[in-house]
Amino acid sequence: MTTSEPTMPPVHYLNCDYSIRSWLLTQDHKRIALLFLVSITVFFLLGSTYAGMIRTELLTPNGNVVSHQNYNKLFTMHGLIMIFFFLIPSIPTVLGNFLIPMMIGARDLAFPRLNLASWYVYTLGGIFTITAAVAGGVDTGWTFYTPYSSIYSHTNVTTMAVGVFITGFSSIFTGLNFIVTIHKMRAPGLTWFRLPLFVWAIYATSIIMVLGTPVIAITLAMVGLERVFHIGIFDPALGGDPLLFQHLFWFYSHPAVYIMILPSMGVVSELIACFSRNRIFGYKIVAFSSVAIAVVGFLVWGHHMFVSGQSAYAGLIFSFLSFLVAIPSAIKVFNWTATLYKGSISYDAPMLYALGFIGLFTIGGVTGLFLATLGMDVHVHDTYFVVAHFHYIMVGGAIMGYMGGLHFWWPKITGRLYPEQWARLAALVIFLGFNLTFFPQFILGYLGMPRRYHTYPAEFQVLNVMSSAGASILGVGYMLPLFYLLWSLRRGPIAGPNPWGAKGLEWLTPSPPPTENFEQTPVVTEEAYAYRPEENASG
Amino acid sequence: MDESPAMLRHQFEDASQQRESAVLGMWVFLATEIMFFGGLFAAYTAYRYQYGAGFAAASHHLNMLLGAANTAVLLTSSLTMALAVHAAQVGKKPAHIAGLLVLTMLLGCAFLGIKAVEYHDKFVHHLVPGASFVWEGTLTRQAEMFYYLYFAMTGLHAIHMLAGVGVVLVVAILAARGRYTPQYHNPLEITGLYWHFVDIIWVFLFPLLYLIA
Amino acid sequence: MSNHILPIKTYVAVFIALMVLLAATVAINRVSLGELNIVAALSIAVVKTFLVVLFFMHVRYSHRLIWIFVGVGFYWLTILLALSMTDFLSRTWPPLGR
Repeated sequence: MTTSEPTMPPVHYLNCDYSIRSWLLTQDHKRIALLFLVSITVFFLLGSTYAGMIRTELLTPNGNVVSHQNYNKLFTMHGLIMIFFFLIPSIPTVLGNFLIPMMIGARDLAFPRLNLASWYVYTLGGIFTITAAVAGGVDTGWTFYTPYSSIYSHTNVTTMAVGVFITGFSSIFTGLNFIVTIHKMRAPGLTWFRLPLFVWAIYATSIIMVLGTPVIAITLAMVGLERVFHIGIFDPALGGDPLLFQHLFWFYSHPAVYIMILPSMGVVSELIACFSRNRIFGYKIVAFSSVAIAVVGFLVWGHHMFVSGQSAYAGLIFSFLSFLVAIPSAIKVFNWTATLYKGSISYDAPMLYALGFIGLFTIGGVTGLFLATLGMDVHVHDTYFVVAHFHYIMVGGAIMGYMGGLHFWWPKITGRLYPEQWARLAALVIFLGFNLTFFPQFILGYLGMPRRYHTYPAEFQVLNVMSSAGASILGVGYMLPLFYLLWSLRRGPIAGPNPWGAKGLEWLTPSPPPTENFEQTPVVTEEAYAYRPEENASG
Repeated sequence: MDESPAMLRHQFEDASQQRESAVLGMWVFLATEIMFFGGLFAAYTAYRYQYGAGFAAASHHLNMLLGAANTAVLLTSSLTMALAVHAAQVGKKPAHIAGLLVLTMLLGCAFLGIKAVEYHDKFVHHLVPGASFVWEGTLTRQAEMFYYLYFAMTGLHAIHMLAGVGVVLVVAILAARGRYTPQYHNPLEITGLYWHFVDIIWVFLFPLLYLIA
Repeated sequence: MSNHILPIKTYVAVFIALMVLLAATVAINRVSLGELNIVAALSIAVVKTFLVVLFFMHVRYSHRLIWIFVGVGFYWLTILLALSMTDFLSRTWPPLGR
């Protein structure tokens, strides 16, 4: 902490060149991160609009806002956009791109041009998606189940499949870049077990991106081929098996949920450590648990198919494996909690998000165990119980982690501080709005309300109205940062290199950093999170 | 030994970090390719298990000798590619390196040519799945499923071969201009890795598609 | 990764081995062994793969990290095939329509 007023460095990565060309042809990982930030925010707003329309429709038991066909399109587009164009890229392409080279003391990622290509590929996939949306959308559900998607649906399935196929390559490029960077470009002295846990989390995420995404790519290609050439790879009338599609689809899409949550967990580790001024309890176990989640996460996909006609034996195996995958996640929650013990806790906005994450992710994760239980899943499959479960993890978990990280590193990225009181207010509004939106959905699902229906029995209306009310509060909560973060770019106090007094190589640079990050490659001699050096010896 | 500083990109500390990153990066990419083809291999496994008889009957219409010839062509092209990388490693003349690469390309084109002949034959005999598919005998749907997988798997492979031929062409041109030396030949090395990998895919496609007893 | 340079004769020897294995594959195919045919053919394909990976792709002399990624790629394919086959192997399909 400096005693004098912090100043902005005269030259940094944002002002070194103002031309459009320097942005659109940049190889600087920090600028590419900002390009992605803009893109994913646009898609978040689009996906939220679809959500708003869904919740509006569900205010009343009868479908009178949109037709049933259009309702099918609403939840399909909401899912596709939020998953492929917001959640999956969010933390890796924004925070990962910005921070990974800095956290390891490197000048950039291993393949800067590949990084830029990743953004262009994402944008191209996005254009196909928006085209599909404007041309009338898709109504198959984001899961594209065959044979409806491959034969019977009259909506823009092929265009959308092409969009997702293309965007998948963006994921692969980014993941490949991170893997090689983390292996090969760490600063001297930076051994694996001195890395911030955020880096471990991004590494594990990258493994999933690289091994899983190609499978959904080929699967969607097969759906496209079936639609265009009328061949029956998934068509039962022609000898195909719709379950083959589901196996291939979920082989990627289950690990995809770990792509969405692992980076958030990495952020939470950073936030908990900094705002309790403690080393993360059980650092190595937390690091290994990230890798364990990535690996075991590939073995459980059949739990999405318990009632699909999959054999009971396969169901048994997948149920058992799904119980196993909960263990490393639980370990992280225990370790974060233990880190808080006897810590010096401060309740800045990033910490509020981190604490919210721990509670909400736990609820989401535990309800996942309910779903992994074969007998229980038979009753709640395809009900709002499932919808609540995954929104607790993806919104209560992943997005809270993203918001916490965005606020935590905002001073580093922009050189400015955001207004703390507004940020705390927004975090609180988001927390309350979120719970009001999704907790009633657990009850609705348990009571039997099916998902993906635009009408429901009248006795469910009260809970649905609560949920929709919550959604509007949640919407307000998300709009607040949009305003005050933008405001802070011009009016926020100058941050200085390390406003939080945090540990980590990225905090050694000026805010905003120069293009090359470090004038000299740092040499690392201390463990991660060395907040209390006098206690380190007791390990 | 800091060699060829002109070829060192700014994010790397030294040439060996750059080379190791390039090789690791290509292997990570090849892992994605294994999974990309893997989806089709999974479909093949499921349907072959279920429709063994139909697959065997359908496979008889494939020309095993052409398939074997194509395998030999690709294996030879892997040799010439490996020799091209070797030539760069030991500092052979640009024309020598480029010549081996051109040979590799020609063998790749030969493969694609033979494939084209086979595809044409299938068109003529109405063995392309879809509206024009005609099959004498029973197990029509099973045979059609086989041919769907035949075209999907060899088609995807052929697309990768075509891309490979394109890349080898570019690399050959750069080699002829003297770009590759013992100190710097990363693009050549990783192109070689990609080429050998596409060869390995075919090594599995051949028995799975052509040699169903 | 060590910059080990393999002599030309190694590449040629591997190539000859690959062609012999190809000939073996074709020859075995002429003999009817029932279920074993595919096992034999795929086993030979695996051997060919090892030869190409270890020598043509230099993995024999590469860093252990490369070995791990090569292994991981093939292992993940095994996961996909094995776990999905647990479903297909344990249920029967209805008879096909025309």
